[in-house]
Amino acid sequence: MELIQILQYSFIQKAFIAGSFVAIACATLGIFLVLRKMSLIGDGLSHVSFGAIALGLFFGLYPFYIAVPLVALASILILKISEKARVYGDAAIGIVSAIGIAGGVILASLSRGFNVDLFSYLFGNILAISTSEAVLSVILSFIVISVVAFFYWDLFSATFDEEYAKTTGIKTNFINILLTVLTAITVVLSVRVVGIMLVSALLILPAVTALQVSKNFRTALVLGGLFALISVLLGIIFSYILDLPAGATIVMLNAIFFALAFLYKKVT
Amino acid sequence: MNSITEIKNLSVKYGATVALENISCQIEQGDFVGLVGPNGGGKTTLAKTILGLLSPNQGKIILFGKDSTKFSDWQKIGYLPQKHTSINPLFPANVGEVVSLGLLSAKKRPKKISTTDWKEIDLLLKDIGIFDLKNKLISELSGGQQQKVMLARALISKPKILVLDEPSTALDPKSREDFFARLEKLNKEIKTTIILITHDTGYVGKYANKLLYIDRKLVFFGNINEFCQNGENISSCFEKKDNHIIWHQHN
Repeated sequence: MELIQILQYSFIQKAFIAGSFVAIACATLGIFLVLRKMSLIGDGLSHVSFGAIALGLFFGLYPFYIAVPLVALASILILKISEKARVYGDAAIGIVSAIGIAGGVILASLSRGFNVDLFSYLFGNILAISTSEAVLSVILSFIVISVVAFFYWDLFSATFDEEYAKTTGIKTNFINILLTVLTAITVVLSVRVVGIMLVSALLILPAVTALQVSKNFRTALVLGGLFALISVLLGIIFSYILDLPAGATIVMLNAIFFALAFLYKKVT
Repeated sequence: MNSITEIKNLSVKYGATVALENISCQIEQGDFVGLVGPNGGGKTTLAKTILGLLSPNQGKIILFGKDSTKFSDWQKIGYLPQKHTSINPLFPANVGEVVSLGLLSAKKRPKKISTTDWKEIDLLLKDIGIFDLKNKLISELSGGQQQKVMLARALISKPKILVLDEPSTALDPKSREDFFARLEKLNKEIKTTIILITHDTGYVGKYANKLLYIDRKLVFFGNINEFCQNGENISSCFEKKDNHIIWHQHN
């Protein structure tokens, strides 16, 4: 089948557009999360999104409308637990993540009717994305990328040296909340692209790939976005041609890019 | 003389532990203050409270005539922290980018480092002798080179007060001499107020005009020559007056 022909399908076009925006948003945030040793927050929030989507399905509501605010609240809860309860960040992620999964499982058990729908979110399918989901993904991803651009220097400074950033008047508590809320939104959007099980890969892999080869921070952000974008576009094409699951194909391509970047760094 | 940092009855606690108790002193513009005391005596706590990183439990700090809790002109205060060794080895920031972080306090959002700013950064890096490192990753530099980069970050906003926490520990003897000569020049020529936390009382004796000696409480604040009478060497004074301070003789 010719590539041009594939690109003419509207579901492929929707997947390309939505996937590209979500991938760039993921990679951009991923750089900050990896450098702050917060990579697993994506994993934890994706588990919360499982519970939130279950809640939406349980009440017959559009799952994303429930998941975006609930996962954003959960991200703030993670920060507050680690701050106020003197619990390490990874343990706080574990607590909130477990509550999300447990809630989802209980709701699935109570409903007995939407298990098939719920479990389709576990592995995602960007090729089945609806027009309204694609529009929502593009708008929210654009907002995420714009907010990061607006607060670029604050995020950079607070990530490099939080204490020093405070001495320059940067409100680092606000920046930390902003970063986790943006991550929460992006995680929910990514569920449709790669599924709950693989969301953290979309945040972490392009970022660590870019960090292997970047010689300054701005380049790391650009390269991270580029690797993510290429992985999503090629992943969609390969998955269609080879009849493979799109999310898993995208993640495997990201992993291949990481391996190549690692080898490149070793030989240069 | 203008008082630019006034510490009034300051007490700071970490939970139930008292780190500073009822400290009062007044630092004038152009002072070079050696902040000394034993480990755990509250030197870094005092510096962090001046910098707004910690809040007082009692008392207050007045910076440039404003209560520190309402102070916002942070570009007037440069800070060289102690723990530059904790730089994340994965962080892909180059020297130019790190120095530019020192300009952020004076910027309004969306913050932007302008062409003029980059020219200023280039000039400062040349002045400090690390211009050739501008595009190098900060994590690839030696401890001494990183310290020079952090000094450039502290100086780029042309601060009126420079707070330095054990700044010379990573430097070799030659770089240490250059470093203190630079501080002396800043202090003498453009009247930058220097607050230097150190255990090296030799350097305090050589460069500082005032001594702020704390051990949770204020032990001494005033001119060095009031602490060391009869022209005595400062390290000898510490040895006699309080042998629990860790001191080094500067050769």
